[in-house]
Amino acid sequence: MTWKERFQSYGLPALAIVGLFLLWEGIVVLFKIPSFVLPAPSVVVKALWRWRSAIWEHSVQTLMTTLIGFGVATGFGLILGWLIGLSPILYKMIYPILVGFNSIPKVAIVPVLVIWFGIGTVPAILTAFLISFFPIVVNVATGMATVEPELQDVLRSLGAGRLQMFLKIGLPRTLPFFFASLKVAITLAFVGAVISETVASNRGVGYLMIAASARFDVPLVFAGLLVIAGLGIILYVIFSALERKLTSWAYRQYI
Amino acid sequence: MSYLELRNVDLVYRSRDKKATEALKDINLIVESGQFVAIVGPSGCGKTTLLKLVAGLLRPTCGNVLIKNEPVRGPLKIVGMAFQNPTLLPWRTALENVLLPLEIVEPFRSCYRKDKVTYRHKALDLLASVGLKEFANYYPWQLSGGMQQRVSLCRALIHEPAILLLDEPFGALDAFTREELWLVLQELWWRRKCIVILVTHDIREAIFLADRVYVMSKRPGRIIGQWNVDFPRLRKLEDSFSQEFSDLLQHVRRQIIGAKEAS
Repeated sequence: MTWKERFQSYGLPALAIVGLFLLWEGIVVLFKIPSFVLPAPSVVVKALWRWRSAIWEHSVQTLMTTLIGFGVATGFGLILGWLIGLSPILYKMIYPILVGFNSIPKVAIVPVLVIWFGIGTVPAILTAFLISFFPIVVNVATGMATVEPELQDVLRSLGAGRLQMFLKIGLPRTLPFFFASLKVAITLAFVGAVISETVASNRGVGYLMIAASARFDVPLVFAGLLVIAGLGIILYVIFSALERKLTSWAYRQYI
Repeated sequence: MSYLELRNVDLVYRSRDKKATEALKDINLIVESGQFVAIVGPSGCGKTTLLKLVAGLLRPTCGNVLIKNEPVRGPLKIVGMAFQNPTLLPWRTALENVLLPLEIVEPFRSCYRKDKVTYRHKALDLLASVGLKEFANYYPWQLSGGMQQRVSLCRALIHEPAILLLDEPFGALDAFTREELWLVLQELWWRRKCIVILVTHDIREAIFLADRVYVMSKRPGRIIGQWNVDFPRLRKLEDSFSQEFSDLLQHVRRQIIGAKEAS
């Protein structure tokens, strides 16, 4: 990578973030906005530092529930996506249910989950799972359903069975779709976990923010938001890197 | 001896609304071991259907497809197929694409892990024989159309099929590349002596490459003429400008045009 490319892929995004914070700070200072309405980034960072051990503890909890929910969603989404991608009948049969299910606001489900599982980790994991599996299913199913018939003919003329067709064509063909959906799903999983924590938990960043806002500690609320955003970016970057490594054939310009 | 025989083969496609389309009618074809056969005809005359019948991808509505006097019942492992589009798997390098049949067709498949090194050498040799040695680790999109088609030929040949089916493999290439690949194909066939059935709409290509040329009519496809081509092997491109060659070419062309007008 040349200096220019390196600047474009790391420097520019960093500049944009710094710029946003400066703008934010400038507006708060300029209009003398009190910190219980909108705290300046400098105040938020201070709060972040002050509450670092509590934030760390709650972040670990949120990260754990998110990753577990996301992991389950990945496995489930992959299998269901492949199945309905392979069978047009199943696709037609299940798709309306999936869409209907996905249209339900997940906040509305959390109270039900609490009745079933009590407050805490389990509802958070389940909400993260419920909110993030849909894009995975849809993407994987699309990848399977759009396999070129010519490629299938190549394998069929060699006498390949269904399983081989899947392993040699279906699986690799879906990978770019799968990874694209993972990037969406991981951020959604955070949303799910935090939603559940704000409604029904005594641990996690969501809980921390609700507790802080109850005390009008708005800087701490924003510190929580910052942490979630930061975690989201980190996981997104990890999955992008994985994606490029495993499906580089689909991203020609990066080779 | 006749290796492959099509006996009174009809094929009717039925679409969803039960409308029947006659693709092939009363096809009779006998191909001997090691023979290079070309089938010429206008587009839509059922040439591709004919190949799919031989490959066992389709079943005839009437009649029989026989290989060594045994009727064909399903996809055949002794067949290699190359299509008009190279249809390479985009996530595999040229070399990995060539290796694909060995991962699927027995007996290679069972020994794939054990003999992987041998197979790789075999694939590399094959790629080298079509002039692609340096490109073995390139992805399909990094290769030109002609190069992709060469890889596709290698893939069709790697498992040493007894019958090589070519569906207008050079149709999408420019004239220079096409002629170059004629020579490559002739060379590969000459060394292996497998049966080749080449479907094309290029009469010159058919005559240059084949021992026997069949002409098909428009839909429903019937065989309306056949010629032996006795020019000595290996043929050179210059041969295609000789008097005998162009006489035969004119003859075949007249027959095709005649059939068109008659219908």
